[in-house]
Amino acid sequence: MKRHLISAADLSRADALLILDTAEELAQLADRPIKKLPTLRGRTVVNLFYEDSTRTRISFEAAAKRLSADVINFSAKGSSVAKGESLKDTALTLEAMGADAVVIRHPASGAAHRLAGWVRGSVLNAGDGTHEHPTQALLDAFTIRRRLRGGTGGRAAPPYAGGSGGSSPRASGALDGVRVTIVGDVLHSRVARSNVLLLSTLGAEVTLAAPPTLLPLAVGSWPCAVSYDLDSELPKSDVVMMLRVQQERMNAAYFPSVREYSRRYGLDVARMARLPDHAIVMHPGPMNRGVEIAAEVADSSRSTIVEQVANGVTTRMAVLYLLLGGTEFPAVTQ
Amino acid sequence: MTAGGPAVTGVRGTGPDRWLIRGVTVAGYGGRGGETADILLSGGSIVAIESGLNHSGARVLDADGLIALPGLVDLHTHLREPGREDAETVETGTAAAALGGYTAVHAMANTDPVADTAGVVEQVWRLGRAAGHCDVQPVGAVTAGLAGQRLAELGTMADSVARVRVFSDDGRCVADPLLMRRALEYVKAFDGVIAQHAQEPRLTEGAQLNEGEMSASLGLAGWPAVAEEAIIARDCLLAAHVGSALHICHVSTAGSAEIIRWAKSKGWPVTAEVTPHHLLLTDELASGYDPVFKVNPPLRTSADVVELRRALADGTIDCVATDHAPHPVEAKETEWSEAAFGMTGLETALRVVQEAMVDTGLLDWAGVADRMSIRPARIGRLAGHGSPLEAGVPANLTLYDPASPPAAVVPAGASKSRNTPFAGLELPGRVVATFLRGAPTVLDGKLA
Repeated sequence: MKRHLISAADLSRADALLILDTAEELAQLADRPIKKLPTLRGRTVVNLFYEDSTRTRISFEAAAKRLSADVINFSAKGSSVAKGESLKDTALTLEAMGADAVVIRHPASGAAHRLAGWVRGSVLNAGDGTHEHPTQALLDAFTIRRRLRGGTGGRAAPPYAGGSGGSSPRASGALDGVRVTIVGDVLHSRVARSNVLLLSTLGAEVTLAAPPTLLPLAVGSWPCAVSYDLDSELPKSDVVMMLRVQQERMNAAYFPSVREYSRRYGLDVARMARLPDHAIVMHPGPMNRGVEIAAEVADSSRSTIVEQVANGVTTRMAVLYLLLGGTEFPAVTQ
Repeated sequence: MTAGGPAVTGVRGTGPDRWLIRGVTVAGYGGRGGETADILLSGGSIVAIESGLNHSGARVLDADGLIALPGLVDLHTHLREPGREDAETVETGTAAAALGGYTAVHAMANTDPVADTAGVVEQVWRLGRAAGHCDVQPVGAVTAGLAGQRLAELGTMADSVARVRVFSDDGRCVADPLLMRRALEYVKAFDGVIAQHAQEPRLTEGAQLNEGEMSASLGLAGWPAVAEEAIIARDCLLAAHVGSALHICHVSTAGSAEIIRWAKSKGWPVTAEVTPHHLLLTDELASGYDPVFKVNPPLRTSADVVELRRALADGTIDCVATDHAPHPVEAKETEWSEAAFGMTGLETALRVVQEAMVDTGLLDWAGVADRMSIRPARIGRLAGHGSPLEAGVPANLTLYDPASPPAAVVPAGASKSRNTPFAGLELPGRVVATFLRGAPTVLDGKLA
């Protein structure tokens, strides 16, 4: 693996499988009374967050702490030249403090890329502008694999048991042939970008379903299919991933009204009924209930939304472990 | 005094203002083949161009292997003074220009304060005279404060000592079609030209990079080609309607070239420029998010580069203009979306043009003289520059060594800023000497 995780494109199929398999091992921890491993003892992980994101920050924090790393949370409001210290100066400060890894969330696309040029430690992109969010894609892939390939030969997985589900058979392998439909604001979505790259690397067949205004003009060059018609995609989807509609898009002529968007691209109960029985519904959160997803759908047994959160910690543990080259990992299986 | 280097084998003599440039290939002289000749400069003018000139008392510059071009003229330079002297001053910017072979530059109006009054344009003009590296012809703003609301005092700037003829809100588009129409009409009274920065503002809100595969994968807001082309099409129609001169700044797309070709075929009074960087670089360079490649209009695709070269070669695009846009280090050492738009270009322009146009066979050296000196001087209504080299014209000329082996561009020249996108790139050629009205501003590649 590379030293940094900035884009899902940085991951080969073997890298991605290694992370997922490692996460699967680490998931066993969740069933143990002491959920902590000593692998990253003495290592420092900095959470550098330029955007409010409680869920992602806490997820990374929990992941690092379960590996016994020292965690420093650094919340920076605003960014760059006009508003105080530049990203570079912050990077040099973290460097001087001896950060082994910097987890960065930033409103500017490419910020993680820039940071990687200024620090010696590993950089983990926890979301940069409208570019990428690779650990979200990894936890999504992990969730899909557990649900659809959870040791039951690809048939519908048993009902989810809560937590990281250590008692269920371990999932393995790639996602060849899994049909994933990603719905909504692809244009501005870092989650969509990372998922298209990672899921296609893992062999899944990805389709983007959105109004044309919310797709990049050059989406034809991406390794996925595109549809403007959600209804026709649902019967052939194993996974439907709903994207959040950002408030600021609602009045910027991307679509006529929230209600029309919801009518055409929202996942309600009637639409959910068009899915195959085994299909799952995902959402990276936070949800706009009643806009892109109906409450009944979000709370249904198909929904993996809470599970995605739990899997986020496990997957991020795997990434931190592999990037920082921790030791003593086999302890889990002993 | 002696000067080293492979091309200049010796500089000797005593006459302070008489120079004999010996054995130089004069672009366009003696047919397109470019025969060698000697050029005698005296009293600020070219006195003679002949073979075997022998003039005692003149300093002799052996120019075997060098090309003589009329002194280059840049229609589009940001000198940053007044206001951003941390990025560039008239002194440092014109020194960079001279090192790049330029004898005149047009200083863009987006300074602080804006060059929208006679006072500011005269200040810039005087600073240029004082620096002495090359002539500085101020460009006046079209609208007061570049605000796009009402016309600046165009006539007063035209009548000032600075004799402004080119007006531009560069950096911003004169987007209001009525205001653009009035500006075009108004400057007819004093043979002015409106140089438009073609960028439809609504189509480019927050735009960061050419809209295409790169912007899609990098998650950067797209700057669509149509935002440039729509304004160019509109303004060509306006120029035709009112019969006034329109110049299009930094044309960057294949579609723009096509529209200009069509407008010219109608005989409409439209001219256009292209930057060196748009002739050589593409948006794929943004993949590492290094803002040194962030510029407005943005780097486009290789298909655009091919068409821009073709349009410059066939004359659809009249000239090369640098859009030299210096920025301090901190304006570029940041996140892409926070970084300033712009690249330096004066010191590398001729080498880039050799790489993109001459070495590819698209343009000969007479063509380079036309696109980098003769036509830009004509468009800028600039007296005393852009004359083909012949006896009797002002001695503004550039001596260039096209055979100088390709060398990596180092971002350390006379410009105060270092934001060159060509750093590390191997480019051919070397500017050996520049003469401004018979006096060297550059000798052996160094400021004289």
